[in-house]
Parts: sequence; C-alpha cells; structure tokens
Amino acid sequence: MPKKKIVIKKHVLMPKHVKLIEKEKKDLLERYKISLNELPKIIKNDSAIVSLNVKIGDVVKITRESPTAGEITYYRVVVNG
Amino acid sequence: MAKEKEEKVEEAEKKPEKGAKEKKEEIHHQGYVYKDVDSIVFGVASPQMIKKMATAKIVTPELYDKEGYPVDGGLMDIRLGVIDPGLRCKTCGSKLKECIGHFGYIELARPIIHISFVSVILDLLRSTCKECGRILIPKDKIERYKRKLDEVQEEAGLEGRRKAIKDIIAKLKTVNKCPYCRAKQQKITIEKPTTFLENDKRISPIEVRTRLEKVTDDDMELFGLKTGHVRPEWMVLTMLPIPPVTMRPSITLETGDRSEDDLTHKLGDIVRINQRLFENINAGAPEIIIEDLWDLLQYHVTTFFDNAVAQLPPARHRSGQPLKTITERIKSKEGRIRHNLTGKRTNFSSRTVISPDPMLDLDEVGLPMVVAMKLTVPESVNPWNIEYLKKFVERGPTKYPGANYIVRPDGKKKKITEETKEALIEEVEVGYAVERHLMDGDIAIFNRQPSLHRMSMMCHRIRVLPYKTFRLNPAVCHPYNADFDGDEMNIHIPQTEEARAEAETLMQVQTQLISPRYGLSVIGCIQDAVSGSYLLTKGFETSREEAIDLLCSIGMTNFTKLPNKNKISGKEIFSMVLPNNFNFKGKSKASDENGKREVIVEDGVLVSGVIDKNSIGEESGLMLRSLHKKYGERKTLEVLGKMFKLGIKVLLKLGFTTAISDTDLPEKAIMMIKDVLNKTEDEVNDLIRMYHHGKLEIFPGRTMRETLELKILELLNKARNETGKIVQEYGSKKTYTIIMADSGARGNPLNLAQMAAVVGQQALRGKRIEKGYKSRTLSCFKKGDLSSEARGFIKNGFKSGLSPQEFFFGAMTGRDSLMDTALRTPKSGYLYRRLANAMQDLKVEYDDTVREASGKIIQFEYGEDSIDVSKSENGRINVQRIIDSV
Repeated sequence: MPKKKIVIKKHVLMPKHVKLIEKEKKDLLERYKISLNELPKIIKNDSAIVSLNVKIGDVVKITRESPTAGEITYYRVVVNG
Repeated sequence: MAKEKEEKVEEAEKKPEKGAKEKKEEIHHQGYVYKDVDSIVFGVASPQMIKKMATAKIVTPELYDKEGYPVDGGLMDIRLGVIDPGLRCKTCGSKLKECIGHFGYIELARPIIHISFVSVILDLLRSTCKECGRILIPKDKIERYKRKLDEVQEEAGLEGRRKAIKDIIAKLKTVNKCPYCRAKQQKITIEKPTTFLENDKRISPIEVRTRLEKVTDDDMELFGLKTGHVRPEWMVLTMLPIPPVTMRPSITLETGDRSEDDLTHKLGDIVRINQRLFENINAGAPEIIIEDLWDLLQYHVTTFFDNAVAQLPPARHRSGQPLKTITERIKSKEGRIRHNLTGKRTNFSSRTVISPDPMLDLDEVGLPMVVAMKLTVPESVNPWNIEYLKKFVERGPTKYPGANYIVRPDGKKKKITEETKEALIEEVEVGYAVERHLMDGDIAIFNRQPSLHRMSMMCHRIRVLPYKTFRLNPAVCHPYNADFDGDEMNIHIPQTEEARAEAETLMQVQTQLISPRYGLSVIGCIQDAVSGSYLLTKGFETSREEAIDLLCSIGMTNFTKLPNKNKISGKEIFSMVLPNNFNFKGKSKASDENGKREVIVEDGVLVSGVIDKNSIGEESGLMLRSLHKKYGERKTLEVLGKMFKLGIKVLLKLGFTTAISDTDLPEKAIMMIKDVLNKTEDEVNDLIRMYHHGKLEIFPGRTMRETLELKILELLNKARNETGKIVQEYGSKKTYTIIMADSGARGNPLNLAQMAAVVGQQALRGKRIEKGYKSRTLSCFKKGDLSSEARGFIKNGFKSGLSPQEFFFGAMTGRDSLMDTALRTPKSGYLYRRLANAMQDLKVEYDDTVREASGKIIQFEYGEDSIDVSKSENGRINVQRIIDSV
C-alpha cells in the first residue's frame, strides 16, 4: 500500500496560519507598542508555515480555538531555527 | 575573599545573553546604575601578585608586645586591618567595620606544594617531558586535539570539555618517550598527600617547580588552564598570602585574656617554622634537619588550607579539638555557603503548634503571652506619647505589657533590665524608640509551609492569649491548608511603619477572600458552622429571649431588625447577620422544609430556603460572593465571622452528636437492598456462566475475559448506586449523620450508603482484585472463581460488619491508596513548584497582554478572554445582572 501523503494544512487540529502584510504588521506592532523582539517566535521551517512562503522577520497570524473565548488570534514572528 | 590560591582553575564561562544589551540600555534610561555579570574567571595568584596585593610582610610569629599592642610584622599587624574599636587602620585609615582588611604575605624559605592543586600538578608532571617540558603529544596532533576539545565544548559545554581533557591526560600516561627531545619518561607516582615520586625516588618541590616552569603556555590549554590567568609553577607556593585580621578576629574573654582565631593559630605555626627553616638554612645546618623542617612547614601549610586531608592527622587545639581552617569554613552544611549565604534566618519571628479558637475573629491570631513578651515592635517617642511609653519602660521586660529595649537616635540598642530600668526611664526622650511588647491589635504576618500560593501568608491582628499555642479561627484553615493534628505555623512581626502599612493593605485576610483561581471565597463556613446554619434556617423556632441570647453570644447588640413578636423563626435570626439592603437568589444543596431548593434574600431578610454549603461554604458559597461584590471585603469578613459563630452557637444550644443508629434503615429498605444485591449476584453468575460457555457478546477491541470484567464491574457499580438511592430515600432525614451529609458539612451520600448498606466493589488499578494466590485471590476460594465475592465485592455495610475476606480486600485497596497518595504528593508538589517558578514574573499589563519581565508577550489577551476570574461568575461576566443592578 502506498503511503498516503499527509497535508498538514488540511488536518482538523491544525490552526489557521496566515502571513501578515506589511501594513498589518505595522499596525500590530503599533497596537501593542512593541518591536519584533517582544513577539512570540516561530521557526521558519515549521511545517505549519512552510507553504506560506515566509522570510525571517515576517509575522504570522494564527487563528485557533480557545476554550474560554471561542476563537483567538495569536501572532508569531518568523525566526531562524 | 579567602584566597585566590584557593580557587579552582577553570576556564572563563561566557554566557552571551540575547537581548542583554537592549535591557541594559532600557534600564539605564530609568536612571539606575546597572551592571551585568558577563563572565567570571578563576585563576591562580602569582607570587608577584601576592606580593603586590599585600600591605605587610610578616616576619615574626609574635602577636602582641608587652603592652598588648600588635607587633609590627606580626600576624596581628595593624596594617592588616582593625578589629579593635577606637583604632584606625594603618593602611586605609578607616575605623572598625569600615575597613574590610588587607592582605599580608610571607616569603617561604622553601617551595611548598599547594594541597588543592596536587591532582593538577600530578597530571602536569605525568603528561609533560621531564627534560624539555613539552606535552607528550606529537606536534601534528596537538592542533587536532585542540579542535576536538572546542567541538566537544560546543556540544556538551564546559562540563564535556573537562571530561574530554581527562580522557586525553589518561591516554598520555602510557607514553614513555618524549616526541620532541626523545627523552625517556619515568613513571611518576604520588605518595599522598603531597610527595611526588619518580621511580620511587622523591622529587623535591623545588624540582617539581622547575619542571612546571618549563611547560609552555600553548600546551597549558590542553590541561584546561587559561593562559594569562594561570602558570603551572604558581601551584607550588613560594609566597603565602596572609589573610586580613578582619577574617580571623580574636575574641576577648571576660577574664581579659585574648583568644585567637583558629586561622591565626595556624598562621603562627607556619611563620614560626618558616623562620626556623630560614635560620637553619642560613646557618648551614645538616640536610636532614632542613628536610625535617621543610616537611613540617609543608604539613602546616597543608592543614592551613585543609585540615581534613585523608592521610594527615588534623592539626588540633591544645584541648584536642581540630582546628577549623579555610576549607572547613566554606565546606559542608555548617560552612559559609550553605549556612550563611543560602540559609538565612529571620528575627522577630516565632513558631509553634496551632490550635483552633472559633471565638476569635477571622483576621485575628492568638499569640501566647510568652511570645508576646519576647517579640517587640519599635515605637518611636514623640512629645505626645512619651509618658505613655515611659510606663512600658518602667514595667520592663518581665511585666506585661512592658518593653525589652530602648533605641537611641544613633541606632544603639540598650537592653532594659531591672537594674538599668531607672536610668533608662530618665534617658528616654523624643527621638528615641521603645521596643515594647506586642499587644492586642498589633500586626503580624502568619504563615504555614509549604507556601504555595499568596493565601499561605496573610496578615492577622494579634490577640494575646494564655497558653502556648498560636490560635486561629478554624475558618481560615483552608487557605493555609492547616489542620490541628500537630501542625506548626510561623509568625512574623513587621518592624517599620512602611512594612506594617504594606502588610495591612496587601496581605490582610479580607484582601485574600476571593480566590483568583475560581472566583469564590476561599474562606467560608465549615463543619459545625454549616450544620448549625442549616438547622437554624430549616424550620427552627424559638422564643424571643432565646433568640436574643443567641445573638448576644455572637456579639450582636442592635436588635432593631428583629421582628416584634414572641416567637422568632430561625430564618429571622439568621437574617440578623445579613446587611439590611442585601438581595440574593441562589440554590441550596438541600431542600428546605417545603421541599424547595430556592434561597431568596430580600432586603436583608431570608425569605425562604435553607442556608447550607452552597450559600456559605468555602470554595462554593455563592452568597459570600454576592456579599463581597456588594459590600466589599471588610463587611463580608464581618458577616462571615458572625455567620460562623451563629452556626456554632446554634449547635451548642440544640445539641449535636452522631451515633451508629443514625444510619439505621427501616425493615423495608433492608429487604430492598438485599433484593438488589441478590439480583445482581445472580446476574453476575449468569454472565460468568455465559463466559464459560463462550456465549458472551464481545465488546469491540476486547477479549472475552475483558468483556466479562467490564460487564461485571458495570453491574456491581449499578447495584451500589441503587442501594445508595434506597438509603437516600429511606434514611431518616432527622438524624445527625444525614443532616451533616445533606447540609454539606461533612460526608456524602456514598459514605452513608457504605455505612448503612453496602461498601461495594474494591478496585486495584481500575480492575477487580486479581492478585494473590495462583488464579485466585485468597486460599478460601476455588481456583478460577470469578464470582463477585471472590473478586473483592464487599456486600456488607460498615455497620453490619465485614466478613474476613471482605476485610482483607478492603485492607488491600486501603493500603494501595495510602501508597498512592504518599508517592504522588511530592511528585505533584514538585511539578507545581516548577510551574510557579517558571511563571513567577508573568504579569498582566494594562493592555490585557500577558508579558514576562523583559516585556516579551506571552499571551495577547489574558486567558484569551481578558476576564479576571476573581471578578467573574464562573469565568464569565454576567452582563444581565449588571444591567439589572443599574
């Protein structure tokens, strides 16, 4: 039996990852009055974002389920592993 | 401080911290002077260095001259620092306590091996050529070894590098020809502690030193020695630094004699022998005498560093007790590090056994009189309280409430005794402080270990009481997780106004009422207070006199709220403690006299319903939460305290006890339970029969046997639940045991059923009991018996008594759960500790983000919904209630 290829993006447990455009990124940093250093990190070759075509310093928006708030957005800055 | 020589040779440890630079700047902006430890280097002091840092050359073992003045060039030379009040340091000019002391030095007549470096010296001697001093590794391989070390360090850190160095040195032991000068290498051994032998011939320390001098700086790296900080020959001493007198102060005894420190004694020996050695060498004494003195000097220097070297007899006092020299000062549990640096102790604190006193207020703590007379608070003297404070001084330390010390404006403390009392009363004036005994109403911080959350340390008001235990209201046991089976607790007395203010505003019991974990009060009514409130509010009625008596006993004096009639109901009495305009709707755990479970309070009057655990219990009292929301923490605490006392007083009035007969069941119920059990047993036997015939319907993914077990377990559990229901239904509601279970004071329906009817299936690891003999649990059963009674089902209740087999099964599970808790508690405690330490400086900022100490974001919305649990209802904000209340 040939091994079925798993597309991680399509898995039900996989939260949605979206790359922010420059404008959104600027707004985000403005909103929290932070620099990229204060953001949580994600490694560039994380399986969740390889297909997003991101580079170091990009910000990824993650939308995931939350037991307290239903849905919650989280931001991570792409770093080199 | 002790001695640079003392420190182990290690490479500089560098920990480049990411973002450290930014932090530095950021903090600098706020005007702080900020320094970051970047690296630490351990090295060995060179003879030149020792001479350079010294302020005096020590030449004589004498300490003081005839007048008792320190001898110049002696061990107590005043250039080495001051230990006598009034004198000034000859080196820095400062007074006692200002001068930190200065090193001196002595020149050793002959080189001496430093005991702490013996192993390093041995490695060096064995691995280098005796002729040319090069390491016994061919030229071409040296680079390779160095690279390998760097790689190892990259991977396994300095720890790994040290290990790799050890391996290399071990390999060089077998090399017997120098790859550079072709000289033959001899086998070098050590005769402990400090003698090196080459072919059983002694190498003198002079020879050792010359060989070490030959080792090149480049080769040193392969021994883990850092160029520039260490030279191998420095490990053989030619100069000995003399520690400052401030680290070896002498004590003046009552007789006026001086008693010198152990280190001074040892140094005296060293200087004396050193001088003798010098004289003998200069006089050209025979070699044997010089050798003997040299060995003696070696012994003294060795024991000066470490008096517990295995092969040497420890140097002793005349009394026979061993001297405490440098290593002993630092090492072990009583040493400087574990005793003085890591283990600090607090003054103004006390610890004893705790015991309960429900008549104390919730935020009070009962303090034994003896403690109150030992611990003090400083009260500063001003024109308005000077007469008042003088009275304390007059009563002195033995008469309560008195004072133990007075503090002069310059900070000097004077002890009050019967003799000094008179003079001190005269001396007290404005600007002084009187350290008076603790009195009622003083502030104390009360604590029970393990201090896992902020409620483990709360601020209480002191009540001075007789006897010798700390007393606390049983309602505050829960936040401390205390009980009275011998628990001890600590008390701390804040000594300044700032500390007291801080403790009062941040740590008082009422500020800790609502738990940030689940938003309910951690303090509530427990045990008797719950039963009492339940009985009071469930159809209780009494005469007006009795009601007033009851209310008086809990300290109430205003009875205007009491209805003007002769018969007063329990609900009306309970309403007395509620605030006048309080409104509350809730559900009780038990049903009231009309079979309803609604609790309604209107305008501060309990209209209907019973008060039980769901209203006023700890971690569940909804009424407490409402009170807290509406009236604030102080009022809540006050009302709670009254409720608690009221509940207890009611029980005192009514009488409350428990008996075995409390769980008696009517004949009918007993028959029903028997029926259920018999029926279940039949069903179980049917299942077993089907199993043996292979007719059992198998659950998917299970074997036949597993299916049988599951089905049996299900049946037996069902049987127990059914009997539980019967007990609930037929048990008399009026008995005390059931009152406790119904009101939520203690016990649950399951406990009742276990007493009255059937204990139920005993399980080990989620299965029926299987262990024991071969294919049976006990020898009284047949092999392969799968019936319920042979596998740990206890069909008797605790009251009717267990059969021997049943008792054994009960003991099995009992032991198992005991082991389980004993093993799990430390595990989960450690897990909690690690979590608490990892998250201790996370903080919710004003923009609702959770950030760590350096400002990095951990969570964008606190709890992802930005709700403060302690201000919510079950983690949710009840918008409707807020709208209604506006």
